[in-house]
Formats: sequence, C-alpha cells, structure tokens
Amino acid sequence: MEVGQMQRQWVDYTKSLFLEGFLDGQFLQLQQLQDESNPDFVVEVVYLFFEDSEKLLNDLTRALHSMLFWLATFECFMKVCCFWGFRFLCIFFPPSYRDQPSVDFKKVDAHVHQFKGSSSSIGASRVRNACIAFRNFCEEQNIEGCLGCLQQVKQEYYLVKNKLETLFRLEQQIVAAGGSIPMTELSF
Amino acid sequence: MGMATESQFHVLAVDDSLIDRKLIERLLKTSSYQVTTVDSGSKALEFLGLHEDDQTNPDAPSVCPSNHHQEVEVNLIITDYCMPGMTGYDLLKKIKESSSLRNIPVVIMSSENVPSRISRCLEEGAEEFFLKPVQLADVIRLRPHMMKTKFRDEKQEQQEKQRIPEEKLDKQDKKSELQKLQQDQQRQQLQKHHLEQQLPQQPQLQLQQQQQPPPPPPPPTPTPQQQQANSNKRKTMEEGLSPDRTRPRYSGLATVV
Repeated sequence: MEVGQMQRQWVDYTKSLFLEGFLDGQFLQLQQLQDESNPDFVVEVVYLFFEDSEKLLNDLTRALHSMLFWLATFECFMKVCCFWGFRFLCIFFPPSYRDQPSVDFKKVDAHVHQFKGSSSSIGASRVRNACIAFRNFCEEQNIEGCLGCLQQVKQEYYLVKNKLETLFRLEQQIVAAGGSIPMTELSF
Repeated sequence: MGMATESQFHVLAVDDSLIDRKLIERLLKTSSYQVTTVDSGSKALEFLGLHEDDQTNPDAPSVCPSNHHQEVEVNLIITDYCMPGMTGYDLLKKIKESSSLRNIPVVIMSSENVPSRISRCLEEGAEEFFLKPVQLADVIRLRPHMMKTKFRDEKQEQQEKQRIPEEKLDKQDKKSELQKLQQDQQRQQLQKHHLEQQLPQQPQLQLQQQQQPPPPPPPPTPTPQQQQANSNKRKTMEEGLSPDRTRPRYSGLATVV
C-alpha cells in the first residue's frame, strides 16, 4: 500500500474511534504532547494503561468473586444453622459478612476509582463511563450490579485495547514506509 | 525574558499513578519547566527536606528561602488529592504548617468534582484546584503563582534585614506584596486598555485575554480592572466553585458523575 493511502486510512480510523466514543479529547491532548523529543509518548502512556488495567481487572475479578463465594457460603451456613437452631454459630464468620461486606466494597471501589482515573487520563471514554456506573453499584453495595459492570468494563477495555493496537500498527506501517503521521488532518 | 526565566522554574509533581505522573511531567516539560516527580506525599516531603523537627521548631530560619534545609529549590508543588497514605490535602497542610516551605505555592489535582473538597483545599492555602485529566490550558495558569513567589522572595530578603517578627512579617509581606501586585496589574491593565482603544484588532492582546480565566458569574459584572484588583486567591476560589465555568470537560464530568 502506498503511504498516502495508509495516511488516509489512519485519519479515517482515528476519526471513527472518536465518533464511536472509544476515545475523547484527552487522547488528542496526548497526541499533542508527542513531539520529536518524545516520539513514542502516546504509545508509552497507552501501554502503561494496558499494564495497569490488566492488573486492576485481575484484582477486581478476584475481589468480587471471593466476596460472592463468601456471601454464598455464609447464606448456606445461615440456613443450616437456623434450621438446626444454632444461629449463634454465625459469630464464627468474618464480622464483615455478618452485617454487610462494606469493607470489601470499599476495596473494590478503590480499584474502580483507579481504573476510572487511568482511563480518563488516556481518553478511553467508554471504559471511563463503565467505571462510573460500576462505582454507583459499589456505593449501593449491590454485588450483582458490580459483577455486571465488571463484565462491561472488561468488554470495553478489550475493545479499546484492540482498536488502539490497530491504530499503532497502522502508524508503524506509515513510519516504516517513510511517511509521517498526518496529525494536522485530525480536525473535527 | 521568555525561555530563559521559564526554565528556571522547578515544579515538584506528586501522584501515585504512574500514568498521571508521565502525563503531568510531559505537560510541564512542554511548558519548559524543570520537573521532579514522586509517587507519594511522604516522598515529596523527603525531597523538600522536611524533617519532623522543622515542624516543631518555630525558631527555624523561616522566611529566607536560601536558609532552609531544602537542597533543591522548588517553585511550585502540584499534587494529586486522592493518594493512599498521605493524601494531597495532608501534604498541603504539612507544607503550610512548615515555616520553611509555606511560601511554596501548592496546586491540587483531583478527578472528582466535589465542591466541599475544592473549598477545603483553597481555604488551607492551595493556589488552584485542577480537575483531572490536567490539560495544557491548566498548566498555563501555573505561571502567575510562581512569579508571585519570586517577587515575594526578593521582597522578603530585603525585609529580613529589618528584623521584623516572623509571623507579622509574613502577613505584612503578603499584604504589601499583593498590593504591589495589584497596582502592577492595574497599571498593566490600564496600559492594555489604552492600547486596546488604539488598536482594537491587535492579535497579541487577544491572546492575553484568552489566557486570563473566564470572569466570575454576573451580578456585579466586574470590569477587567476590578477583576484584577481582586486578590488572586479570591479569583481562584470563585473560579473553582463557579458552576458555569466554561470548560466542556468540566461540565461533562459534572453531569456524568
């Protein structure tokens, strides 16, 4: 493919990412901060975001599933104990589960807060919006809502990751073919 | 002027997120500031050379910046609000409590638009409150704060010789400094106004106007001169709290959250 064609493709692809709401103005800011003295700035920051996100998604999945496991176990235990008239045995359960596992929701919320921060810093707006919904469910201490949001955040994250990787591949191809990235054509 | 003086400004950026540190570092460097980044409030205090005895010893040589324990001069501290351990607010308080550091302007950044948080930080002595993600337009607003401390430092060195008690001196100094600054600004404004009348279409003037923050919400409808006559601090307060601050991402955040 000739350079001009690839450049056009790059412009169209980037614009589609903005129009479909995957990226917002913050990503343009990142691109503006990239110059000759720092040619890989955007890629560096976005890869930091990937690393950070995958760690956070793992932590979130683990935290929510362990919460779910303990809640289910506790419920089962309660039923058995009540049935046999040994409700007092419930005191052997971790205190946070006897009442409401608010401590764990706070931990989950802290992770989501971090995720929201990093996604808005690179301009991944759909991930950020999913995080906002997620935090509302944390506040309500709604574990089903949280689990649903976790799925959505994951889905949005892998979508935008895929899109960004495609964008970077295109950029590499343009540079390898001796062209430059037509940043100036990105006007809306 | 220009580049030569700008590069002398040294900013200490504090944020627990690596991505945000990268971002703020790049933002500040493109504005040709010298930048040091640290990932926590305690590391920031360590870098500033603040030890426990500094806080408890009121006799420490306080006003003269060349006398305190800090190895590197820092002209401004920009810190995240929400950090594990010491928050940005805690850091701000520690800095304002320290006799040797309290003159360094502090700017707080936060991803959450919580009015009570914003006013708390400004009351505690923060110069500005930025909503994250911080943008180039925000970084431009840092400069006046650094210029202010430069002037103040010079003035303090002169007044040091006169042996005025520390607390009093600080207050007087701030006042007279502010008055001087206001007079200067008024003079500049008047000159500008004068020029404007002569050359209404001059592009440089338009640029200067753009850099100035948007005016506070109507009722009194202050003229530019009056607005300038307000203290800088008040301006930031009004601006930070003003609901109709015309930044799209700000209002966007406010509606989404």
